[in-house]
Amino acid sequence: MTRFLLKRTGQALVVLFLVSLIVFVLLHQLPGGPARAILGPKATPEAIAHFNHLQGYDRSLPVQYGMYLKRLVTGDLGESYKLNQPVFALLTERLPKTLLLTGLSVVLAALLAIPLGILQAVRRGRLSDYVLTGAAFVAYATPVFFLGLVLILGFAQQWPLFPAEAPQAESVGGILAEPAGLVLPVVTMALGIIAMFSRYMRSAVLDNLGEDYVRTARSKGQSQVRVLARHVLRNALIPLAGLLGLYLPTLFSGTLVVESMFNYPGMGLLFWNAAQSNDFPVLLGVTLVVGVATVLGSLLTDLAYAVLDPRIRSVS
Amino acid sequence: MTAEAATPTTPQPAAGEPADDDGMDATPGLARRTLAVFARNRLALLGACLLAALLAFCFLGPLVHPTDQVHTDLDQASLAPGEAGHLLGTTDLGYDMLGRLMHGGQTSLEVGLAAGLLATLFGTVYGAVAGYFGGWVDAVLMRVTDAALAIPALFLLVVVAAMVTPSKPVLILVIASVAWLSPARLIRGEALALRSRDYVHAMRLMGGGGGRAVFRHIVPNAVGTMIVNATFQIADAILYVAYLSFLGLSIPPPAADWGSMLSSGITYTQVGYWWLIFPPGLAIVLVVAAFNFIGDGLRDAFDVRLQKN
Repeated sequence: MTRFLLKRTGQALVVLFLVSLIVFVLLHQLPGGPARAILGPKATPEAIAHFNHLQGYDRSLPVQYGMYLKRLVTGDLGESYKLNQPVFALLTERLPKTLLLTGLSVVLAALLAIPLGILQAVRRGRLSDYVLTGAAFVAYATPVFFLGLVLILGFAQQWPLFPAEAPQAESVGGILAEPAGLVLPVVTMALGIIAMFSRYMRSAVLDNLGEDYVRTARSKGQSQVRVLARHVLRNALIPLAGLLGLYLPTLFSGTLVVESMFNYPGMGLLFWNAAQSNDFPVLLGVTLVVGVATVLGSLLTDLAYAVLDPRIRSVS
Repeated sequence: MTAEAATPTTPQPAAGEPADDDGMDATPGLARRTLAVFARNRLALLGACLLAALLAFCFLGPLVHPTDQVHTDLDQASLAPGEAGHLLGTTDLGYDMLGRLMHGGQTSLEVGLAAGLLATLFGTVYGAVAGYFGGWVDAVLMRVTDAALAIPALFLLVVVAAMVTPSKPVLILVIASVAWLSPARLIRGEALALRSRDYVHAMRLMGGGGGRAVFRHIVPNAVGTMIVNATFQIADAILYVAYLSFLGLSIPPPAADWGSMLSSGITYTQVGYWWLIFPPGLAIVLVVAAFNFIGDGLRDAFDVRLQKN
């Protein structure tokens, strides 16, 4: 177990290092360099040279990368051009809200998708299975923003049940205090996840139903519910943790769209606003943090997976 | 990015038996068999028909229903469907919605197809090189893709798009620059298996070099995987175009695509102009579903091990 843990953590560290390298390279691909981006198109060559010298941009690239890493370690992600605030401070304010949105969506999705997948597997080949499989296909092909627009048209305009704008509170607690405003963004996020999870659950349950231990359990006279709950579900649920790890990047991409649509004050909205105003320190800072969050998230799910399922450890 | 613990989630086309070195053309038997399996899959056929219909609608439709999609006409702005001869109504700037759907579809389909194919081609060569040469070449190349894949695609896409001035060719490059990662990884796995085949050893004994191995042996034998993957890549690329436009980072007006049409429709949700939202939204869903159905069908068709005689 320790060996697996070390190996997997080592891999994650290498990937983290490379993520920072990619972001650093992107930073140097800015049109006209960072100086032009900060000082604007009318800056004199002298001003640009002075700025480059002050920031160390006239040094060699490896030296600059070293300086960049050093700043990263101390939590210095640069400063927003437009908001005049450190990117780190902006992120510490926004990240928890994004994690809240994704967390709620994943929990809601799991609560619905697991029973739906089991239902489909048990009723395989019947009408309900076809209807649900078809619905999952459609949900799969539907872009998040179209889904969000349809929900807004339906449940904020036609039948005004929920507000079309997310809660604007400063803190996570404040956002939770207005649950009505969370409904549409969370449901929009969750539907895509449900489609994927339920498809997985359906096939996992079908696989497990054909296993010998299920036949044994049945022959001992166990009821269908007991077989499903005690044997099939347990085995089908474990890989769901690994699936979630693989799905993290997609999940974060989803927050970008959902947050900008519902004006949810998270990291995705911050990123979107930065893209509109070419605020590159924010864009690249968020990219780095999302990349790091993805690497750490998949590391954690892999480790959880290995703890739950001993076979993984021995294979790796 | 995740370790070996990865579960079989995304469709992973299986290797299938190697075709002749010259690819599909030289083996009509396999090609015909493939087509037959594909044709037996009703969803795949449905997808192919859907795609043909959408292509005809976007590229031949304007011949039947010519409209001005450049000059605005404020006298005709925001008409509901059916009013003044506009079957799907007009936009806030007076463009005929049906005509704009065709016009926008051309952009979405052209960019999506080109970006998806480009990404698959580049990813294939990259993955084949990594897998065939192995060792440190493989380690370096694949760690780079791991890291790039760890950054959620949409974020990477937005950063790159924000750095350039979008036009059709630029957009194709931007999307392909993010989308090549997953075919690269897929083909690398295939190349790892193929490089230890006897005919590759034989070629090397006869003095063949790495380039010959990659382009004459690895790539042609991975052609099934490539085609299946390209189908899914195109579906994804069409979605990426839509996402970028929706986020305001695509080709500026008066050009349009289905994503930017949706994005301009969002302003009018409060007054209930549903016809600005449903047609482009449904068009995206249909085309993405069509490509996914076709991809599923092709995957079954190329996966020889699944074929029943």
